[in-house]
Amino acid sequence: MRIVVPIKAVPDLVEEIELTSDETDIDREFLKFVVSEWDAQALEEALLVKDACGAEVVAVGLASDPDIDQALYTAIAKGADAAVRLTGGAADSVLTSDRAALLAGYLATEPADLVITGVQASDDLDGQLPPMLAAYLRQPHVSVVVGVVATADGVTVRQEFAGGRVHELAVRLPAVVGIQAARQAPRYAPITRIRQAMQAGGVREVAAEPAPAGQAPAVRRMYRPEQTSHAQMLTGSADDVAEAIAGLLRDRGLVKG
Amino acid sequence: MTRNVLVLAEHDGKQIAESTYELIGAARGLAAAMGGQAEVALLGPRDLAGQLGGADVVVSVEHQALAQYLPQACELALLAVLAQRSPRLVLMSSATPGLDLGAAISVHWQAPLAPNVAAIEVAGDTIVATAQILGGKILAELELPGERAVATVTGGAFPAAAGRGEGPPEVVEIAPPAGLDDLAMSLAAVSEPQGGDVDITTAELLVSVGRGIESQDNVELVQELGDVLGVPLSASRPVVDAGWLPKSRQVGKSGLKVKPKAYLAFGISGAPEHLEGMRDAELIIACNTDATAPIFDIAHYGTTVDLFDLVPALTEKLSQ
Ligand SMILES: Cc1cc2nc3c(=O)[nH]c(=O)nc-3n(C[C@H](O)[C@H](O)[C@H](O)COP(=O)(O)OP(=O)(O)OC[C@H]3O[C@@H](n4cnc5c(N)ncnc54)[C@H](O)[C@@H]3O)c2cc1C
Repeated sequence: MRIVVPIKAVPDLVEEIELTSDETDIDREFLKFVVSEWDAQALEEALLVKDACGAEVVAVGLASDPDIDQALYTAIAKGADAAVRLTGGAADSVLTSDRAALLAGYLATEPADLVITGVQASDDLDGQLPPMLAAYLRQPHVSVVVGVVATADGVTVRQEFAGGRVHELAVRLPAVVGIQAARQAPRYAPITRIRQAMQAGGVREVAAEPAPAGQAPAVRRMYRPEQTSHAQMLTGSADDVAEAIAGLLRDRGLVKG
Repeated sequence: MTRNVLVLAEHDGKQIAESTYELIGAARGLAAAMGGQAEVALLGPRDLAGQLGGADVVVSVEHQALAQYLPQACELALLAVLAQRSPRLVLMSSATPGLDLGAAISVHWQAPLAPNVAAIEVAGDTIVATAQILGGKILAELELPGERAVATVTGGAFPAAAGRGEGPPEVVEIAPPAGLDDLAMSLAAVSEPQGGDVDITTAELLVSVGRGIESQDNVELVQELGDVLGVPLSASRPVVDAGWLPKSRQVGKSGLKVKPKAYLAFGISGAPEHLEGMRDAELIIACNTDATAPIFDIAHYGTTVDLFDLVPALTEKLSQ
């Protein structure tokens, strides 16, 4: 079974996010980028399938994503069998539809039995990748998945709903799966192994012909949520703030004494 | 094209989900502004239509494969509904069905999609949707011009009361598409969440911990505070996914909704999916070293003191 895991680099949310001067996009120039947390979960789930049944796992990133090589070599260090850096298409587009179109073009030439990727990315502007990619590929898809197990005639996936209800679905391949969380926390790749992977240089560059992309909304403007209802900030030393919080809880009769 | 707004009903085979009423309420407002009507696509048991009195029309597709949510079956059935009803706008909740189907419908029905929508309005011929992106740190106003559009809507963005209504609505039946008899997937089992050791939904006070806690060992630090207060720990999703606390402690969209008298959040950023589960707490006190964290937009009190300094200080204060 060939499992392709598309990986996206997204802004690190710990950083302060600035907007461009026309306020229709975020300013990416000085931002730090990290692998989308749901894609990290997707890679882990793919590696768990590989551990269980010996699938081939291929991590795929877009050459236009910042620091994507680091992410791809990390994937190899974690156990991916190969990694691909895609070029082509609307290289600097921030739209999921363009990303999906390029990935669909790639998968037309190097097909996968199963695509496993993150349920969403924090900067999705026009929809989530898994259902969009599946639509371009005309394949069945299941998203918000918390477990994938290979079976004799496909995969069994666990799809999660509000409140924690889970549907277990039997799915024939090929298919696209959007991961909410892997069955276990993503494995750790020691820095020495990432370096080894980099030295071995196992990332292959592939020029893909994008499928025709669908429609996307136009961005009118971006802004920070209005801070009208912003919290009253408690300042001072940790001790001062602890005193203030203890007071708030006492006032409401929530602590004794 | 019509001027109608169509809501995808969410249900578990027996009951319509709360989020559906939120969407019907929004659909009524938008449809009124455009001079159309609010329709609901009910894919599954037709007798659930009785719960949808807030809609002008319920469009019903009934088939064995739709008894409970099944992605491929719902997608085919919804496309059949769209082909017949041609709404101007489709609303889905940005819970599982919206995350699962929304973007696929956008491609197949050739309509732009706005995700994680917190507000939406009609501006002339255009629909303008406000999407929460980057964990709620940024809002994006998206224009959905043209003849058709899809929006997936964040839970809690609209009041559910506006979508409830008396009496049976008009029901229009649509024949199930042929593809439903030949699907690439089937529902094998349904499991309900396991009850936990404690019930966080009944606690008066919750001490809640997020990814800022960094490790399982550190959870112990916050546990000490919980012990002094005699209250259970709750958590954001990443803490549960990492296995540091059980699923029964998870607050949010895919966890539990809580409404305690006070909610103390340590190292939680306040992503929309978390806020969905705790925004109704009477008092919210948030500790986060990032002064721009969205949790401060809904908290009553906040502090940027490091949780590793604050938690021990608070534990000490309260154990005196
Ligand atoms: C379909 C779906 C369902 C979801 N359901 C849920 C759900 O039910 N519940 C849920 O919580 N999430 C849910 N999520 C995930 C959600 O999108 C966020 O990823 C999650 O809420 C983030 O958790 P967090 O705030 O703990 O972590 P982060 O967003 O990583 O935030 C950690 C915060 O800790 C702060 N911090 C770091 N160190 C310190 C320190 N020393 N002192 C103080 N502060 C510090 C940081 O500034 C940061 O703001 C869901 C996502 C999807 C796609």
